[in-house]
Amino acid sequence: MALSRTEVLQIATLARIALTNEEVELFREQLSEILDQFEALRGLDTSGVPPTGHAVDLQAVMREDEAQDSLDLEDVLRNAPRREREYFRVKAVLEE
Amino acid sequence: MDGDGLFTIRQAGESLANGEISSVELTRTYLDRIDRLDGRVKSFITVTAELALQQAQAADGRIAAGHSGPLTGVPAQIKDVICTKGVPTTCGSRMLEHYVPVYDATVAERLFAQGAVLLGKGNTDEFAMGSSCENSAFFPTHNPWERDRVPGGSSGGGAAAVAAGEAVYALGSDTGGSVRQPASMCGVVGLKPTYGLVSRFGLVAYASSFDQIGVIAQNVADAALVLNTIAGQDHRDSTSLPRPELDYANHLMGDLPTRPLANTGQEVAIRLGVPEEYFVEGMQNGVREAVQGAIGTLEDLGASVQPVSLPSTRHALACYYILAPSECSANLARYDGVKYGYSYQDTNDVWEAMEQTRHQGFGPEVKRRIMLGAYALSAGYYDAYYLKAQQARTLIRRDFDRVFQQVDALVTPTSPVVAFRLGEKTDDPVEMYLIDVCTLPVNIAGLPAISVPCGFSEGLPVGLQLIGPHLSEKRLLAIAHAYEKATEWHKARPEME
Repeated sequence: MALSRTEVLQIATLARIALTNEEVELFREQLSEILDQFEALRGLDTSGVPPTGHAVDLQAVMREDEAQDSLDLEDVLRNAPRREREYFRVKAVLEE
Repeated sequence: MDGDGLFTIRQAGESLANGEISSVELTRTYLDRIDRLDGRVKSFITVTAELALQQAQAADGRIAAGHSGPLTGVPAQIKDVICTKGVPTTCGSRMLEHYVPVYDATVAERLFAQGAVLLGKGNTDEFAMGSSCENSAFFPTHNPWERDRVPGGSSGGGAAAVAAGEAVYALGSDTGGSVRQPASMCGVVGLKPTYGLVSRFGLVAYASSFDQIGVIAQNVADAALVLNTIAGQDHRDSTSLPRPELDYANHLMGDLPTRPLANTGQEVAIRLGVPEEYFVEGMQNGVREAVQGAIGTLEDLGASVQPVSLPSTRHALACYYILAPSECSANLARYDGVKYGYSYQDTNDVWEAMEQTRHQGFGPEVKRRIMLGAYALSAGYYDAYYLKAQQARTLIRRDFDRVFQQVDALVTPTSPVVAFRLGEKTDDPVEMYLIDVCTLPVNIAGLPAISVPCGFSEGLPVGLQLIGPHLSEKRLLAIAHAYEKATEWHKARPEME
């Protein structure tokens, strides 16, 4: 199934990845080719087959709610691209 | 054979216990080898020489005090997608090039609690996405058997380091074959435990319902010793399971395990199934011959071998490459340039900053998979791709459930091909994906599997894959060990000097 350039750009927006013009063309070709490989699934009869989200049967796990030390603030903020006092600094998110 | 001064875990443990060598000496031996050889192999992203010697010194103290375990003082490599406190953990990505974790992954914590020595962090395809280690943002790793070939991937650094004698063992991660396939291509042992047997806490997430930490070692007994240390439930990973066995190594005597016959008290031959679907079109003849030879050896050892069929296998590739990228697109949404990692600053627009951060921080394969996942999950395509793939996942699981009523384990090739040339498949993602066709179904069903060396084709190692039902590691290791005892393939090492 062949993707258009517009579709590739829409996907890139969903994924929040900026692409160069060359990348748009490259991914258009490659993603189309990969999606072709998925076509075989269409012929698979899955009527009445429940989906599997997890390969191992698991039940909800409970544990005691015990207070523990948090990570050290300075350690955590050392990885921050931008900080102000004990906060991560971000660009303005709210628009007018 | 190029093994002077090199040790298996067991040999190192004996030599350390009887005082023939100290952990500091042993660690220096390996650091020297890394110095000498890794310029050509490129299996390490970071070498932690100073930390290693400190840990070795502490280990020597423990050994002297009689507080040692099988891994105490033994030098290892950990894949660079597993968090190590205070040691950069890059995931082979520009995005995390300068990231230093503030905690240890549970597996690292368990190794260190036993006094293991960290030599450094292993090269990997970016965020463990790849089959050749060529997607590392820093450099590709070279196969120690032939330097112009890939080591396999994504845990290519670990497999190459163990094969080259640059580490006694390594921890890797296996989402679609990333421990077993490089182990196969480098001629070492790769163990992928049952989903949940080993905690994923501190493993940087790629596809959470497939990811599992595994072991790369020189032989089966060593893999079992490492599993002993890392297996078990962890309250920080709610998908982790209680371990059913106290010890995965003590029963490895070299005999093929038998199977109790219900209500009779009799022991009969273990049943091995050979699924025809794994002997795929495009499989190299040399690989086929080596694997068939190994099946013959297992039969000679007393196994009852029968053909079985897993018809849904042909949907495994599509199933995996829809579901894993879908999970990846959600997991990697966290790389937004705010809390850690690369951050584009040259704009005041919050969205542009995020899009440029991800544009520059991620390499092509990671972008491809994030976009593929975003597409499969998007409105209008969810049912056709994501839901359909989850249903295919059920059918693949049911196939395994059915054959495990007939047989105790499956025997297959690990990879249809031996190590290919660097650059040979980098332009064709689909061809690269096909390399994992024999390993993907195992992750889809959350099963344990092990790859052991079973011969050579064109002078390059071939791996035999054994697959078992959930939590059957003990029996799987015993079968692999019996095969290993009967053959010499695992002893072959590449000429390095």
